[in-house]
Amino acid sequence: MHIDIDKDLCIGAGQCALAAPDVFTQDDDGFSTLQPGGEDGTGDPMVREAARACPVGAITVSETAG
Amino acid sequence: MTEPHTVAFPQDRTCPYHPPAAYDPLRDERPLSRITLYDGRPAWLVTGHALARTLLADPRLSTDRTRPGFPAPTARFEAVRNRRTALLGVDDPEHRVQRRMMVPSFTLKRAVELRPEIQRIVDERLDAMIAQGPPAELVSAFALPVPSMVICALLGVPYADHDFFEAQSRRLLRGPKAADIEDARDQLEAYFHELIDRKEKQRDPGDGVLDQLVHEQLREGTMDRPELIALAIILLVAGHETTANMISLGTFTLLQHPDRLAELRADPTLMPAAVEELMRMLSIADGLLRLALEDIDAAGTTIRAGDGVLFSTSVINRDEAVYPAPDTLDWTRSARHHVAFGFGIHQCLGQNLARAEMEIALRALFDRLPALRLAAPPDEIPFKPGDTIQGMLELPVTW
Repeated sequence: MHIDIDKDLCIGAGQCALAAPDVFTQDDDGFSTLQPGGEDGTGDPMVREAARACPVGAITVSETAG
Repeated sequence: MTEPHTVAFPQDRTCPYHPPAAYDPLRDERPLSRITLYDGRPAWLVTGHALARTLLADPRLSTDRTRPGFPAPTARFEAVRNRRTALLGVDDPEHRVQRRMMVPSFTLKRAVELRPEIQRIVDERLDAMIAQGPPAELVSAFALPVPSMVICALLGVPYADHDFFEAQSRRLLRGPKAADIEDARDQLEAYFHELIDRKEKQRDPGDGVLDQLVHEQLREGTMDRPELIALAIILLVAGHETTANMISLGTFTLLQHPDRLAELRADPTLMPAAVEELMRMLSIADGLLRLALEDIDAAGTTIRAGDGVLFSTSVINRDEAVYPAPDTLDWTRSARHHVAFGFGIHQCLGQNLARAEMEIALRALFDRLPALRLAAPPDEIPFKPGDTIQGMLELPVTW
């Protein structure tokens, strides 16, 4: 699983971190970022929920690492 | 071809936690209906969940109310449409700059850090209410002061001024006359001018969001004073009125659903899910406004450039395709992905803080007062008209 966060789109709503806190967090500026070790999504079933919760579609999840 | 019937929008709710009965036919027309605004102007009303998510994220729909032809839900909105607003009232790229400045103060992490302070405020208000009652009027004793104190602490606005700004916020959102809104806006602007003056002179800035904006953005010239004042007004007004309505209407709804309330009391870990479900069910900001800047193909038709597009969050959040048995309050459903906080770039900046406030306030209220009940027949308790943020005008309770 590969997760891509488009920081140009991100508005810092924090919905990814709310849905999948083991994978996503917010940096000091409030932008979405992956938790240390969260790069492969750790198989968390909530990753897709987190992507869907993003109000600006900044998160894309693909099955294989790019 | 038969002309589809059009419904007047907005309308008053008949039950404060259900959409107006007059919107029921719109459910059969999902995802898009024609409506008529107060001035007779036709507009689109988005009622389907998937279409709402698509269109609320579409940059071809503007929220800049100063644009000619922007749809007005009321005469009083129309009268003040040209006043400068921030965040919700501006499009990108201006919006993006403001939002990015605000985000660090409203992250999930920051909301978690604020929880002990919110709990302290909630406990203090409950102590005061319990000492004076029963009975009590819950809006003025609890639902309004809690978010008001929280947003004051966060922004660096003296809570001692709450009578003034709560009254002006009320006029700003409900009028009733256009002159009320204009005057309330003038008074709030004058208030923030003075507050900013005082903050500029402080050698040791406070730790509020406004202190930070005054000592960084304003001093460095990355923001001018009218912009800072517009921002301060929206943060203060949106920061307390909305959450106050969710606490009052949420309490009323729970008291009207004793089985659901019993489940919540038996298992407090249900509270975050309950708050999401209450947000979905109550949809207090029911009527988001947009103006189409270009032709947009949607639901097999074309929304033309210049058309007004409104979003009924209460109808969208009861889309059967996403929420089975949508009129039933159910903690076990996943209410996630409701659009009660909006969607797209303007999704509520304060949502993480609002969730924390609702969870803490509702949990503490029902923990401390196991016998809490309405002190008047439910159908005699007044709630807000349909043309503003929904909530209880008063909530007489006893215990």
